[in-house]
Amino acid sequence: MESDGELGSVFRALADPTRRFLLDLLFARDGRTLTELESELSMTRFGVMKHLKVLEEAGLVVARRSGREKLHFLNPVPIRMIHDRWIDKYTERHVTALLDLKNELEKPS
Amino acid sequence: MSTVTDDSVTTATQVYRVYIKATAEAIWQAITDPEWSQRYGYGGYVHYDLRPGGALTVNPSEEMRAASAAMGYEIPDVIIDGEVIEADPPHKLVTTWRMLMDAGTAAEGFTRITYEIKALDAGYCSLTLVHELDGAPVLAALVSGAQEEFGAGGGHPWVLSDLKSLLETGAGLAG
Repeated sequence: MESDGELGSVFRALADPTRRFLLDLLFARDGRTLTELESELSMTRFGVMKHLKVLEEAGLVVARRSGREKLHFLNPVPIRMIHDRWIDKYTERHVTALLDLKNELEKPS
Repeated sequence: MSTVTDDSVTTATQVYRVYIKATAEAIWQAITDPEWSQRYGYGGYVHYDLRPGGALTVNPSEEMRAASAAMGYEIPDVIIDGEVIEADPPHKLVTTWRMLMDAGTAAEGFTRITYEIKALDAGYCSLTLVHELDGAPVLAALVSGAQEEFGAGGGHPWVLSDLKSLLETGAGLAG
């Protein structure tokens, strides 16, 4: 579970539209059972389970027992790590440059 | 944040997990020792009396005081308070948790935070943070990172990402 491997599994998990849809469902309302998630998809229970397993292995979903139920929670930490490690690095300079440009253009002449 | 759309029970619980290449003891120390807690995330000095009924208080760092003063806001001496419910070093820590920096979150009262640390193969541990936020929608938005563009920081996802970075590389992202 070397660092790039960790994020590699996140990107692979996010590459699939059904899995992104599952994450969107949990974003809208967190802590759902398999049965609730399954009801939103035209897919077999087994298919949904397989996708949830990939999401869990990538750390994007955390399943926790609550009484007799197993609830699935969206874990945004891996996405935050991608943001912190990759996106910040490339966007910060551009954003600053654009803000400078905007300030320059809007300066009263 | 969530609403009841059917007969299912909605949850105001947020769950976060991060895998860290560090010992359980090192992660426990980073959470409970003030010299470590001020080095990542929002900073601040944690003080835990690690027994059931013991107090939790968090005091602001000088940087936090200076940053708040610059925004014209005087930061309280205790920014978070709570009570230890369970302390099982280095595996599990449960406390109540109230954020006092903001009148809105202070009025919502106590929520509950559980840290679970599990040793895995290959020198990794999983750190799971469960924040039970019933009756605390303002705090829920804050700790989820949803208020980041308004200067409220990235919440738990940011704190945990930064904690991982600190323990694995010796340097936090927050700088």
